[in-house]
Amino acid sequence: MALPWLALPVFLPLFSAILLIALRPLGITLARAISGTSVSILLICVVYFTASGLGDTAQVYPMGNWPAPFGIVWVYDRLSGLMLLLTALLAMVSFLYTIATDEDKKGAHFHALFQAQLFGLNGAFLTGDVFNLFVFFEVLLIASYGLMLHGGGAARSRAGLHYIVINLMGSTIFLFAVGALYGVLGTLNLADLALKISQAPASTYGLIAAASFLLFVVFAIKAAAFPLYLWLPGTYSETAAPVAALFAIMTKVGLYALLRVHGTLFNEHTAPFDLINLIDPWMRLLGLVTLIMATFGVMAAINLRRQVAYLVLASVGTLMIALGINTTDALTGGLYYWIHTTLMTAGFFLLAGQIVRTRGDQIGQTRPPMPHALLAGSLFMMYAIGLAGLPPLTGFFGKTMILFAALASPLWVPIYATVLLSSVLMVVALARSGNALFYRVDHAPLPTELAPSPMPLGNSKLSWVAVALPLSLVFLMVIASKPLTQWLTLTSAQIQDTPRYIQRVLHPSRTEPVPNFAPHPAHVPEAS
Amino acid sequence: MAILFALLIGVLTAIGVYLSLRAQTFPVVMGLTLLSYAVNLFLFGTGRLASNAAAVIEPHATYTDPLPQALVLTAIVIAFAMTAFVIVLALKTRAELGSDHVDGAADQPAPPTAAHKNTSC
Repeated sequence: MALPWLALPVFLPLFSAILLIALRPLGITLARAISGTSVSILLICVVYFTASGLGDTAQVYPMGNWPAPFGIVWVYDRLSGLMLLLTALLAMVSFLYTIATDEDKKGAHFHALFQAQLFGLNGAFLTGDVFNLFVFFEVLLIASYGLMLHGGGAARSRAGLHYIVINLMGSTIFLFAVGALYGVLGTLNLADLALKISQAPASTYGLIAAASFLLFVVFAIKAAAFPLYLWLPGTYSETAAPVAALFAIMTKVGLYALLRVHGTLFNEHTAPFDLINLIDPWMRLLGLVTLIMATFGVMAAINLRRQVAYLVLASVGTLMIALGINTTDALTGGLYYWIHTTLMTAGFFLLAGQIVRTRGDQIGQTRPPMPHALLAGSLFMMYAIGLAGLPPLTGFFGKTMILFAALASPLWVPIYATVLLSSVLMVVALARSGNALFYRVDHAPLPTELAPSPMPLGNSKLSWVAVALPLSLVFLMVIASKPLTQWLTLTSAQIQDTPRYIQRVLHPSRTEPVPNFAPHPAHVPEAS
Repeated sequence: MAILFALLIGVLTAIGVYLSLRAQTFPVVMGLTLLSYAVNLFLFGTGRLASNAAAVIEPHATYTDPLPQALVLTAIVIAFAMTAFVIVLALKTRAELGSDHVDGAADQPAPPTAAHKNTSC
């Protein structure tokens, strides 16, 4: 297969977005058709990429045929492929729910923003260049600002303002970090940066470490790690349900960037001894605190969507612990949990959207029985079991793998205590919510001023299909646990194999000679 | 020149951080703008400061690194778009929440008078 096909997951949503803006006057039906076609092609394409084993060795596509350190390269490996697949799956689920509930009719340009969001996400997962990563972060952020505010309302605007301001701060810090790396090392390509760091003189270690921690702050903002998570509960709980479902991948973008950038640059195979895995202790510690705060949030939440938002935060905490342990086993368990939590939180946001539309947002209020209470209740129970980490669903397997891997960590006692206790407390909190939502019903009609505002129910069947879809994928994950785990073990081995990554990017099997540009004199390390 | 340049970036960043920690949206937007100015200068400085040097590569000639200038250009465009967006959003929240406090009218139990609004930032 020709490598330029790698450009399809990035450019297809971009062209769809442009087309959607141009053809908007022709009505919502056409917009849905274009958006749906684009998402379907995207899904088929990334499923084919994954199934054909394209990422088994990292595939490098130089944009415009400029070779690696000078041009921007796109690198497709197993991790990128996994993230593309998750994005496309969430996009499909979110798209189905959107057209089923007419969420896209509440404002202009929903589908264009949706496609722009996919453009930014796919680009961020494929790029092999730090500055290009920044640009794609900005693309996905500005699309997410639009999506987050879609539909309007005062509470949404207020949460949106917080979200946007903290992300603008993050972008500024990102630029400072990228500038510092470029100033010291004279390159922006990830593989070339890893190579230059291995040859850097000791006098520059301080600056490189500072840049590494600045990048950690940026990615921690995106991933919503303690103490930078305060934007998340408001943003995720105030936005529309399908948007929140798509945003389930957004915190994973931060974690992906941590894995990709720090995993490649400060790897034990290439980086100088003083710079190896600098941020890992911080990841473990902040992961623990994030998990604790998230558990408190889950227990204290008085409305359902906020509770689900705190469940997202809990998954971020658990994943940060796994990434912080940073052994192949921990990464394997972490990636398994990663797939599980992305699908489950997305589905849970949609389910919460369904419940909120018919019942209202407050958990504790007594309400008349909602339509489809049996279906909603069954799905709620399965989502709650999965996200709290009870067997037989994937949350249990993921947490078990992470906990087994945690035995290798000096922090294993607090990790075991926190992960297990938080699971128990989440079970209690979710059981209480389920109890209040489905059993505390009042059969007497409500006075009209208290009744939930009538919302168009749209295509009810399709919306339930969208809610159940992530859950069925998670059941598949349970059945296919063994092959999936083997695949993920190879993936985490590939993530940690920086020398191979450098070789693939900088010396691909190409016939054209690499042009012999000399670096700018300012960036040639002094001979000292 | 290098010290002056570094001081300038430092002062801009300090003012930007201070302003973006304020509670009203207008100073926050100003702070974010100043921070983006600071980071643009910083990016420019990563190519090292040189006067009277061309940005075009010629063998053996003195030239200044052209890449940071391209980076700054990208960063300026993005920061410009983001600033425009955040200003519009700040105006929208100001209209919807009836206050320019970043958390809405949380600290104002009574609807603010016109005079109070004018002095609040």
